Amino acid sequence: MTKNSNNNWQAILMISQREIMRLRNHKIYWLSMVGAPLFCFVFFLSLMYEGLPTNMPLALVDLDNSITSRNIARQLEAFEGSEIVYTTNSFSDAREELQKGNVYGIMLIPSDFERDASLSKQPQLSFYTNNSFLIAGSLLFKDLKTIATLSSAAVNLKIGRAKGQSDKELMPQIQPIGLDTHPIGNPWINYSVYLSNMLLPGILQLMILLVTVYSIGIEMKEKTARKWLQMGNSSLIRSLFGKLLPQTGIFFIVGMILFIAMYIILEFPLNGNFLNMMLGMLLAILSAQALGIFMIGVLPTLRLGLSFASIWGMLSFSISGFSFPVTAMYSWVKALSILFPLRHYYLIYVDQALNGRDMIYSWHHYLALAAFIILPFTILKNLKAAIRHLEYKP
Amino acid sequence: MNKLINIIKGGISDSFHVWRAELDHTFKDLGVVIFFIVVPLIYPVLYGLIYNPEVVRKVPVVVVDQSQTSSSRSFVRKLGATADVAVIAHCPEMEEAKRLVDKKEAYGILLIPSEFSRQLHTGQKATIQLFCDMGSMLHYKAILMASTEASMNLGREIHILTEAIPYESISLYNTQSGFSSFLLPAILVLVIQQTLLLGVGMLAGTSRERTRSGLLIPSGKQYRGTLRVVFGKAMAYLLIYAYVAIWTLLIVPHIFELPQIAPYGNTLLFSLPYLLACIFFAMSLSFIIKSRETPMLVFVFTSVPLVFLSGVSWPVSAIPVFWKWVSYLFPSTFGVQGYVKLNSMGAKLSEISFEYKMLWILTGVYFVITCILYRWQVHKADKKRLEKSNF
Repeated sequence: MTKNSNNNWQAILMISQREIMRLRNHKIYWLSMVGAPLFCFVFFLSLMYEGLPTNMPLALVDLDNSITSRNIARQLEAFEGSEIVYTTNSFSDAREELQKGNVYGIMLIPSDFERDASLSKQPQLSFYTNNSFLIAGSLLFKDLKTIATLSSAAVNLKIGRAKGQSDKELMPQIQPIGLDTHPIGNPWINYSVYLSNMLLPGILQLMILLVTVYSIGIEMKEKTARKWLQMGNSSLIRSLFGKLLPQTGIFFIVGMILFIAMYIILEFPLNGNFLNMMLGMLLAILSAQALGIFMIGVLPTLRLGLSFASIWGMLSFSISGFSFPVTAMYSWVKALSILFPLRHYYLIYVDQALNGRDMIYSWHHYLALAAFIILPFTILKNLKAAIRHLEYKP
Repeated sequence: MNKLINIIKGGISDSFHVWRAELDHTFKDLGVVIFFIVVPLIYPVLYGLIYNPEVVRKVPVVVVDQSQTSSSRSFVRKLGATADVAVIAHCPEMEEAKRLVDKKEAYGILLIPSEFSRQLHTGQKATIQLFCDMGSMLHYKAILMASTEASMNLGREIHILTEAIPYESISLYNTQSGFSSFLLPAILVLVIQQTLLLGVGMLAGTSRERTRSGLLIPSGKQYRGTLRVVFGKAMAYLLIYAYVAIWTLLIVPHIFELPQIAPYGNTLLFSLPYLLACIFFAMSLSFIIKSRETPMLVFVFTSVPLVFLSGVSWPVSAIPVFWKWVSYLFPSTFGVQGYVKLNSMGAKLSEISFEYKMLWILTGVYFVITCILYRWQVHKADKKRLEKSNF
């Protein structure tokens, strides 16, 4: 190793040491690098600990008030997903409860239900779900539909038996085709598995973008940037490397805490190799840091850089496509989605954690994340000029 | 008596001074303009554009038909005829079908076993296997719905059996289960609170940086009373946010054709306590801000937990008690609930009286907190002046 390169490494080490002191001495870094992500980990993992919401409140309008109708109510009560919290014989009362948000659905049993059913007059069960609350609405819908099907089957069975048919003959007639569903990787339809796996890395990424922009921008604001650049022997690459390396370390530790919480403590599905996910997290962190440098380089004013980072970080949640799929978005939005690191992280997570797929299906997303690291090199000149010549403007 | 009138007069004129000065600060400060005007203006539009397609249609699936009979083909035809899925390929083997799902060219596999037709026609129960990629809940839901529908239709054809109890399912409000109609209203309401937090926080940070004493209020003589400072500033924000609210709560929903059942008057009536609660909430929290740029590091990420605390995505009934109490601290919780009930569900004002009252309570609570905190600042400023005059 030549003397020169030795010096360079030493410079990087000095800058890293300086950065560690800065991180230690300012509460804001603690708060945003460790506090905010850890708070969100605890928040979301405890909020959705149940996995699937149970006992969703439901109103029953029983206009029949017969043994059969009470039977249906009892069966519905036995379901984990729903709970009748309001029984009435006025539909408009039930609707009011729905509008107040006290219940998410209404089951309506018409009058003469029992009599009509026994006379094969096909009385109709009606159920209403509130889809303004999409998760609540669709979960209740599932339970109500099952009840309706079951009730229908029960009546058919009764009529068939009366005609002297055996249960063995009757069963396939009642439900001739069954659907055996296998939700791969998440057989419990656990919403925490589905949401936390993406929301939490998304939060981490948002904080990385913000902290990267902030920690560089604040040097310019507090006029320490020139000193910082000198420490790197006037090489911005060296200065950036030394400065951001300790941050990379901290973010990676926070990322691993998340992985331990999700995949080890809560036993979220991890059907692939843990190392592949670790690599995905590392690249996601590096790509966000690179994007952060790019942001402050393009807009070398602290507040504009931070605004850029905020908007990008927040839009990532939507455009990564885990809630509303990218395939259903406008094609130009779909095209833009590749500019968001979280999109690639999402596809890596689906492949490597949820499904345990072969690397052959995901390597290009790792590559895409790595490609973000090129971004800072495109604005080095701009950023350097800003550090040397720009005055902080509030 | 005259003295009292003079104090009130002075108070009002000082309040107006503070009000004008605050508006001046706001519009001269590009950073604050971004939060108060640019973000509320473009942010809802960006979200609207992302979510505007509303529903997931024609989710690609693969069929592995080992039965190859007229009934299995009939099932596949019925499946393809639904709006929810599109059958993109027929594979002879599961392996091949799996590969298509691995490549993300399809999100589900329907396996029709070889004994399907025989079972169906000999009075046995026939079963179809459905394998689903769980990366997106909406894909799963679409595939499940379509498969259920197709299998029930085929079942009805084969056994010409009348259903003993037919059912009808009605989705009330947001009838097409649109994603945008579900999530966007919450975002629209939340944007108001969050941008106020950011903007008011930035103004506070700036005052602290500008005044040598690190205080939140300048040394002008009009700033020597708590109430006049608080009223003056709050009125300035209210003026700006009255326009912001008209844009985000009335015009944006109109542009993106979101459900908008409530009369405009009701929405505005409801937004008054929401705006006031948010303003005093933001003024209270601005006290933790020490510099111009920290609000973004501290407040931006909170939007994500707050969407969930508002009870729109994660149902209120499933929120653990502790977090429910925490949610009561934020105006957005009641703002979102009330707005969704008014606008998406056509509730009358009397039906959202709980949210309405809670917003006024929060307005009162945060107003008092703001006053206490500003009073402390005014005192400190007085002390500083005293010290100065002693030297």
